[in-house]
Amino acid sequence: MTFRAYIIRRLALLVFVILGVMAVTFVVSRVIPTDPTALYLGGGRHTPEQKAAAREALGLDKPLVVQFGLYVKDFVRGDWGNSLRTHRPVLGDIMGFLPASLELILSAMALAVVTGISMGAFAAYRKGRLADHTGRVAAIAGVSLPSFFLALVLQIVFFRVLGLLPVAGQLSISVAREYPVTDITGMVVVDSLITGNWVAFWDALRHLILPTLALAAYCAGTTMRMTRSAMLDALESDYARMAYAMGVPDRVIVGRYALKNAMAPVLTVIGLLFAYALVGTFFIEQIFAWPGLGTYATISILNLDYPAIMGVTIIVALAYVTVNLIVDLIIAKLDPRVMLS
Amino acid sequence: MEFRSLRGVVKALNGVYLTVHEREIVGLVGESGCGKTVTGYSVLGLLPKPQAQVTSGRILFKGDDLLAKPQQEMRALKGKVISMVFQDPLASLNPVFTVGEQISRVVRVHHDLEKKAALEAVRTALQATGLPPTDALLKSYPHQLSGGMRQRVCMAMAISCGAGLLVADEPTTALDVTIQMQILKLLLRLRDELGVSQILITHNVGVAAQTCDRIAVMYAGNVVEEGPTADVLKRPRHPYTLALIECLPQGKSAEQLKTIPGAVPDLIDPPAGCRFHERCAHVRDICRDTMPTPFEVARDHWTACHWVQEKSGRGVGVTTGHEPGVGAAGVPFNRDPGIEHTAGGGPATGESGDDIRRE
Amino acid sequence: MMDTTVAVRTSRFADWRARHQSGIEEARHNLHVFLRDKLAVAGLIVIVATVVVAVFAAYLAPYPEQGRGDSDMANRLQPPSAENIMGTDQQGRDVLSRVMFGARIPLVISVVVTAGVLLVGVPLGGIAGYFGGWIDEAVMRITDIFLAFPALVFAMALVAFLGASLRNVALALVITWWPWYARLVRGMAISLRERPYVLAAKTMGVSHFTIIRRHILPNAFGPVIVQMTVDVGAVILEVAALSFIGLGAKPPTPEWGLMISEGRQYILSAWWLSTFAGIAVFGLVLAYNLVGDALRDILDPRLKR
Repeated sequence: MTFRAYIIRRLALLVFVILGVMAVTFVVSRVIPTDPTALYLGGGRHTPEQKAAAREALGLDKPLVVQFGLYVKDFVRGDWGNSLRTHRPVLGDIMGFLPASLELILSAMALAVVTGISMGAFAAYRKGRLADHTGRVAAIAGVSLPSFFLALVLQIVFFRVLGLLPVAGQLSISVAREYPVTDITGMVVVDSLITGNWVAFWDALRHLILPTLALAAYCAGTTMRMTRSAMLDALESDYARMAYAMGVPDRVIVGRYALKNAMAPVLTVIGLLFAYALVGTFFIEQIFAWPGLGTYATISILNLDYPAIMGVTIIVALAYVTVNLIVDLIIAKLDPRVMLS
Repeated sequence: MEFRSLRGVVKALNGVYLTVHEREIVGLVGESGCGKTVTGYSVLGLLPKPQAQVTSGRILFKGDDLLAKPQQEMRALKGKVISMVFQDPLASLNPVFTVGEQISRVVRVHHDLEKKAALEAVRTALQATGLPPTDALLKSYPHQLSGGMRQRVCMAMAISCGAGLLVADEPTTALDVTIQMQILKLLLRLRDELGVSQILITHNVGVAAQTCDRIAVMYAGNVVEEGPTADVLKRPRHPYTLALIECLPQGKSAEQLKTIPGAVPDLIDPPAGCRFHERCAHVRDICRDTMPTPFEVARDHWTACHWVQEKSGRGVGVTTGHEPGVGAAGVPFNRDPGIEHTAGGGPATGESGDDIRRE
Repeated sequence: MMDTTVAVRTSRFADWRARHQSGIEEARHNLHVFLRDKLAVAGLIVIVATVVVAVFAAYLAPYPEQGRGDSDMANRLQPPSAENIMGTDQQGRDVLSRVMFGARIPLVISVVVTAGVLLVGVPLGGIAGYFGGWIDEAVMRITDIFLAFPALVFAMALVAFLGASLRNVALALVITWWPWYARLVRGMAISLRERPYVLAAKTMGVSHFTIIRRHILPNAFGPVIVQMTVDVGAVILEVAALSFIGLGAKPPTPEWGLMISEGRQYILSAWWLSTFAGIAVFGLVLAYNLVGDALRDILDPRLKR
């Protein structure tokens, strides 16, 4: 199979999965609830006229298949309904909150991937030695620690005890007032860097540290464990032995020969971890008052803002399948055998 | 040579004495589990540490003891002067690098060359193994090649830096019969055209007969017989060699194939005396408690067997305790850990060419 | 008469031992390897201790009534002392008693989720792998769809619509976890269906249902149990996380995640509220992960080293 054929096949699967995701959310929001109009209109009492209007807007009088068709059509057109709380279109709300979450997720994933892969590779190289055991215990502790609890502990230590780092929001209020950041990507750290707003950049970076650490611990631990295991497989393989027999230095065998082979399972796990980080922000953002998608989602859930909840669910699923597609394409590029199966 | 395992210490190699001269292919034959591969690995320092321990002995290469060499020096030798090919060529090649990438990597480890110059060396090596040195081959991945081509690629990698000694561990076992012949011919060509000495590890006496100048038969960690191929196969002396040759299919006869009764002993707790005595048809009392020492039965033909020694009527080499045994015409070999004994008359160090000595 | 019965029994036992000789030896070897892993043994001790505490919380807890939810407003937010080793919470309840009663929830939920996943994922995976073809294709595409939802997000959506309760949390977890097990069992079934004894059973006309029940599922059981042990830690984390944001347990349930959440507003003045509940979650999850890791190393031959 050529790379192009592989991409086409994967895209077809992606479309299918997205349709499936839509079907599931459709069932959860329209079929299971006894009175979908109540969900559509929000809390409180409604006049029969309001209900009738809602029934028509949702197309509830039509057969289920037609309803689903309308549901998908609206979704594709970008009409994800209006938030019951903000009364604005859900998609617009989500796009407004997404950048702050992305900033946090990307920085946490970057930290987790760099530390996880390097620690995992080193532990595998030093298998059975002190560095290996220490690394394994650290990694297993990282994946056992509830992120929201870690976030609280970090807040106490770095804010309350040491007074080193801020614990709420993306920017200090004074900095935001005196050095306003031009909105380009929506990610404060990136925008302040692009515009050369160094005061804001430094302040934003300091705000980013603790939530990043809280979110990255689990991801780093998991990446480290997977890297270690995949690297051990690679280092004990026949081709590694061949390389040893050819006098290839350890540095090259670990850093190039084995690492490139170990990348496939590690990347797969990183794709799954992206999902974890997406959801992890829901808790972290709440604790650090981070104005991202997670904050939006938790407020929507507590207010039973159903259109917003469905919108968040779909956007997260979309982001997740897209990331997994990208991961699989990278793997196919790295390991030419993947496309055979 | 010992392995530390969960069940106990495996005394994998005990008496291995092997000499490879220049432009010579020496076959190392025996059943699986008798230590052939371990011998090959120990030459290249490939045994897993810390489980594997060489408790005594030397491996001499052109007079230098490889076991005493620091790791860094050993690494410089591996691939450049001594190299190895393995049984499974697909697994031996890195699946995510192209043929050109992996061979040129080895070339550049040992020679300070630009990428282009290294690729030229790769092409030369490929050509020497009978592969077309085309860009298409350089850019292909191992899984895209046939089994025979893969093994040739492995060999090209092994000789790409001009190695003088090649350890080939069952290089034909994973291949089709038709391809096996081609690879064996390639081994001969490497010997004749490039002067590569080789240790060919095989369980197949037929393969060894076709390819090797000399044969060493291993049993349970010992070399029990060693000599020129024709001599060993036509006039085998050791009962184990005899049995091994009797197991070969003879011509077209439909009679049932012979087998050697019993199995290779457990090397955690090897039998006392001769390690073959439990399966030997000619077992003597002495075999049960005394390890036989090799002696020369014909020119350059050695064996370690009490029965042969007794039969040849030249007196029995008696060994007691840790004293080296002395055979009338044989050269004493000392198996006592830590003491190295070199005597004249036998295949010994100091001769011209590559010399590997292992005890 | 008595004697005969006894004799039959012993010989049966001896017979059983003889037939399972290699299995017994392997189990003994595995146990030996496991016991050498001190961290895993420590994890096992923690798990067993938690189970004991959960079952006998009513007898072990110093203030069982407070553990269940009775408040003692006169005694609010007391720091750890001899009477209240872990202090008291915002309603004057003994934190230690609450933490002990809290051990019941992860225990019950993990049993329920395990059972649910076994009932849904294992048979579906077995059927898909055994029959192959369009059945396999259909089941696998369904798992693709469910795997597209990060577990917690789906759980959030579901709980948001069905209402917040531990029962709905368990349901949501089953719905999001079963596809992993279906895939695991499917992989096993595909390799098992070509085994000689399965082919032999087929040629003898044994029904598909019987083959799946007798040959496929029992063999897939081991890996599933190991995966479960590895995953229980994650299940406990998710239950605590959902309760933390108000989608799981409702007050006054002594749920650890909920306790961390309730303690949050007092975190600067009364650190003990969140801290001990957090340590409880961390400790139990860590214990499961340590045991799961050790089990996987022993039972997954590919990872054996």
